[in-house]
Amino acid sequence: MTMIRVEDVDKRFVLHNQNAAVIPVMAGASLAVAPGECVALVGASGAGKSTLMRMIYGNYTAQAGRIMIGDVDVASAPPRDILALRRETLGYVSQFLRVVPRVPTLDVVAEPLRVLGVDAAQAEARARDLLTMLNIPERLWALSPTTFSGGEQQRVNIARGFAHDYPALLLDEPTASLDATNRAVVLDLIDAAKARGAAIVGIFHDDAARARVCDREVDVSAFTPRAAS
Amino acid sequence: MTHVDPLLQVAGLSKFYGARVGCADVSFDLYPGEVMGIVGESGSGKSTLLNCMAGHMPSDTGRVMFDTRAEGLRDTVTMSEPERRMLGRTDWAFVHQHARDGLRMNVSAGGNVGERLMAVGARHYGGIRSTAIDWLGRVEIAEDRVDDRPRQFSGGMQQRLQIARNLVTGPRLVFMDEPTGGLDVSVQARLLDLLRGLVREMGLSAIIVTHDLAVVRLLADRLMVMKDGHVVETGLTDQVLDDPQHAYSQLLVSSVLQV
Repeated sequence: MTMIRVEDVDKRFVLHNQNAAVIPVMAGASLAVAPGECVALVGASGAGKSTLMRMIYGNYTAQAGRIMIGDVDVASAPPRDILALRRETLGYVSQFLRVVPRVPTLDVVAEPLRVLGVDAAQAEARARDLLTMLNIPERLWALSPTTFSGGEQQRVNIARGFAHDYPALLLDEPTASLDATNRAVVLDLIDAAKARGAAIVGIFHDDAARARVCDREVDVSAFTPRAAS
Repeated sequence: MTHVDPLLQVAGLSKFYGARVGCADVSFDLYPGEVMGIVGESGSGKSTLLNCMAGHMPSDTGRVMFDTRAEGLRDTVTMSEPERRMLGRTDWAFVHQHARDGLRMNVSAGGNVGERLMAVGARHYGGIRSTAIDWLGRVEIAEDRVDDRPRQFSGGMQQRLQIARNLVTGPRLVFMDEPTGGLDVSVQARLLDLLRGLVREMGLSAIIVTHDLAVVRLLADRLMVMKDGHVVETGLTDQVLDDPQHAYSQLLVSSVLQV
């Protein structure tokens, strides 16, 4: 049984305003992740780890192949189905926090639950737990995270990404720019997500973190297109 | 996925100004709770399209089917003028770029909101006033300003008042023409936050025309890119902004100044 299945995916960028340059970046990408499993994407910088992750999230288009999350093919599903998938099934912790300015941190973290219809008190309680766990001081909760330090923003982003128990999770460098204490908290969160059956795809430059939480590695260099003749 | 009918179905909508194309052959479905952004440069046809959909401007071809509460799916293009006007006061709302186009400037803030309620049949003065005050509170206008006229308000406050006036009757579809245009960025942020909250709480569907890509990234689920009256690309907002496929979308995204 798999939760995330990538089959024969191709990706190329066509830069229309730069002489229509065609840049093939991926060919035949395939991987499968079972519930409770964490798979690490590895490969040199520029090999396409983030590109593949963005395709799985539907943020980048794929030119060929299938990207199944449960029974939805992200590569071909209409926007509406992908939006529903992202609300209910597929979580993504990116490296950047993107929020409406002025919204309090507590609301930013509770939002994924609120859009699912969870009542305000319950969503807020979960947000408080996560922010406490991730050592964001309570005096900051009423402030917008846009003014926070890089490490604090990253932790708010993680809290938000773990607010709802997504069956599938994408983690792009979740431990980058964290101190040892918070790194341990994030690894515990990942372990807990695996234990409840989440299928996870992650990018970790931190070797020790990767070794601890990941069950397998997929080297994306294998999907680098052969140079066109 | 569970089956839900679209709230709005636009099919083959076109508008010509003589030989010039206003908008050509635009088709899409909008579902309940969805927010769609329409972007493009000045003259791309996005405002023409919005005005044709909202019935402010006659279109030349096409259908604008809306799932009305009373009678189900109706073509709003062929509807009688009184019917369309009623729709504009009940299920539909229109937020203008310039608040003065959507407000009555010589009527108090409370009156601007209360007038809408009376237009749909509210008659009890006390009830109307308390609903109006409640709505002013929701758009962060203090109760002691209820008897002031919009002229005495800042631009951001006028825009919030316009939103209260539009949403007080519980519409299901809101058309917005550059709702944050001309406002300071700090005021814009506040308005965006407000709109997002209202969209979520009321389950609103919205169509937002803007040239501001940052605004659509934060507000819109889906995006439509227009050029010279034609739709050149549609898709998930973040996909169109991060991996634009059409030459014009790529140009638009790459032209944004970084801050």
